[in-house]
Amino acid sequence: MAQAAAVAKPPTPPRRRRASATPRRLPYLLIAPAGLLMLGFIAYPVISVFYYSLQNYNPTKPWRNGYAGFDNFVHLFTEDPLFWDTLVFSAKWVVVEVGLQLMFGLALALIVNQTFVGRGIGRALVFSPWAVSGVLTSAIWVLLYNSQTGITRYLADMGIGEYGTSWLSDTSTVFSAVVVADLWRGVPFFAILILADLQSVSKDLYEAAEVDGASRFQQFRHITLPHLKDAIILSTLLRAVWEFNNVDLLYTLTGGGPAGVTTTLPLYIANTSVDAHNFGYASALTTVAFVILLFCSIVYLRLSKFGGENK
Amino acid sequence: MITKEASPAAPARHDSTPEPPSRPARKKHRAWDEVPRWHIYLPLGIYLLFTLIPFYWILLFALRPAGSTSLVPWPMTTVHFEKVWTDRAFGTFFQNSVLVGVATLLTTTLVALAGGYALARFDFRVKRVFMLALLCSQFVPGALLLVPLFEIFAGLQMINSLGSVIIAETVFQLPLSMILISNFIKNVPYSLEEAAWVDGCGRMRAFRVVVLPLLRPGLIAVGSFAFVHSWNHFLFALMFLNNQEKQTIPVGLNTLMSADSVDLGALAAGGIIAAVPVVIVFAFIQKWLITGFSAGAVKG
Repeated sequence: MAQAAAVAKPPTPPRRRRASATPRRLPYLLIAPAGLLMLGFIAYPVISVFYYSLQNYNPTKPWRNGYAGFDNFVHLFTEDPLFWDTLVFSAKWVVVEVGLQLMFGLALALIVNQTFVGRGIGRALVFSPWAVSGVLTSAIWVLLYNSQTGITRYLADMGIGEYGTSWLSDTSTVFSAVVVADLWRGVPFFAILILADLQSVSKDLYEAAEVDGASRFQQFRHITLPHLKDAIILSTLLRAVWEFNNVDLLYTLTGGGPAGVTTTLPLYIANTSVDAHNFGYASALTTVAFVILLFCSIVYLRLSKFGGENK
Repeated sequence: MITKEASPAAPARHDSTPEPPSRPARKKHRAWDEVPRWHIYLPLGIYLLFTLIPFYWILLFALRPAGSTSLVPWPMTTVHFEKVWTDRAFGTFFQNSVLVGVATLLTTTLVALAGGYALARFDFRVKRVFMLALLCSQFVPGALLLVPLFEIFAGLQMINSLGSVIIAETVFQLPLSMILISNFIKNVPYSLEEAAWVDGCGRMRAFRVVVLPLLRPGLIAVGSFAFVHSWNHFLFALMFLNNQEKQTIPVGLNTLMSADSVDLGALAAGGIIAAVPVVIVFAFIQKWLITGFSAGAVKG
């Protein structure tokens, strides 16, 4: 105990135990490890991306490397239709995914928050896809969507649809197919976070509301939702950013195809840097993506008045 | 769903305390028990089908012989597993993934707990800047920092060492973990800690004895996020580890999938191997979450 205390507290006042005398350095010591790690492995790489965005930088064409000014950005906004296409698809992808995930996640959390027989196992089963990786999700849905041995074959056996249908290679079905695959994994994320937050709603509030004769829906509307508000705002925002940046699933499931219709901006960037080795241009795209995300997030936080009531 | 529950439950609520005919023991939480059972079981059942069919599908492919079209994995074979574990080096990948996952869990939880406590309980000069940095870092796509990160790790001589992946995973888990933990800590009334100080506890002891037990569900959530995320993530491992001896399971899975003619049986077996530890962790978490919740920790 004594040594534990010594680790956490700088030794300035040796015998004082009152918290009011907490040394001023303590909070800085506590955030130092996190701060240093993020400085070295997030802030510094970000700055170097900004730097490269102003360069021609392609390891396979070293003779062209050098300062490029705003050439990359000019090209991006004026001569690159792929940038706009992938940006529009990204927006559609994020809005649809996050909207559906929130809806189903909230409903699911409210259901498994009830008391019922089999709740433990029900929760475990329903939440389990959360733990599955993007790559594994792809593997599973590749098996399900396989045109020869996938689900369509058995549906065709029952007279639904045709043999040899491949939802992933048809431009009219690929979006729904990918959305469903990602929903399978994404809904539990919301359900878990919302369920965790539901645990901290004071039961007294519901009892009081009941005494006042509030209906179940009114209780949900006036107690549960306000309590969940901050959690919902934060988790939708984080999830939106996460879905925007989610390369694993689309890359392994469709590779951005067919005909590029499922290429998000980050996937386009990854292709530009990994396949084409055009790091300079990829950095410019990254910079633009970063600014767009930041702008949308600030607007979102402002509009939703995040944490408004608390402090 | 919620709207539907409202109407049938409404009339019953008005006859309050005087002994309800059934279930007298549950009197206290009656409101939650009044939801008609089928409002729970029907949507849950439909959702369960959606959740479980894909799992069944991969099991089916992993257990039935290649070329079979039966919908029941019978006759059962383990040949796909043997092939993947030895020929495709999934045994080695498995070890590496466990190492990365456990190390990421420990570093993330410890560092985020320290930082989260500072954010929840203190006002200090750089706090706003730091919070802003945390939020901003969420908008930084880790996938897009691959090139500069690769250069940093090359400079540190850490390419091809699991350390690089552990650091990268920890760093990208930190911001969210720290925000979550600080929110969990904020939900623990400060007065509880102050009461412990009055009783003569130091800050560290008060934290350990009073706050930490209440944080258990939250910490388990954060720690399991970190483990599962690092277990699952493949871009960093793909980029920083180019020696097959060092690679992790998702990279192996990706290799199987990107082969010219995909061996569906091997892919399914590899997928099951990738899922097993996570499923075990998950079963464990469930138990702790539920006991943690029902121990009254959160009811207060």
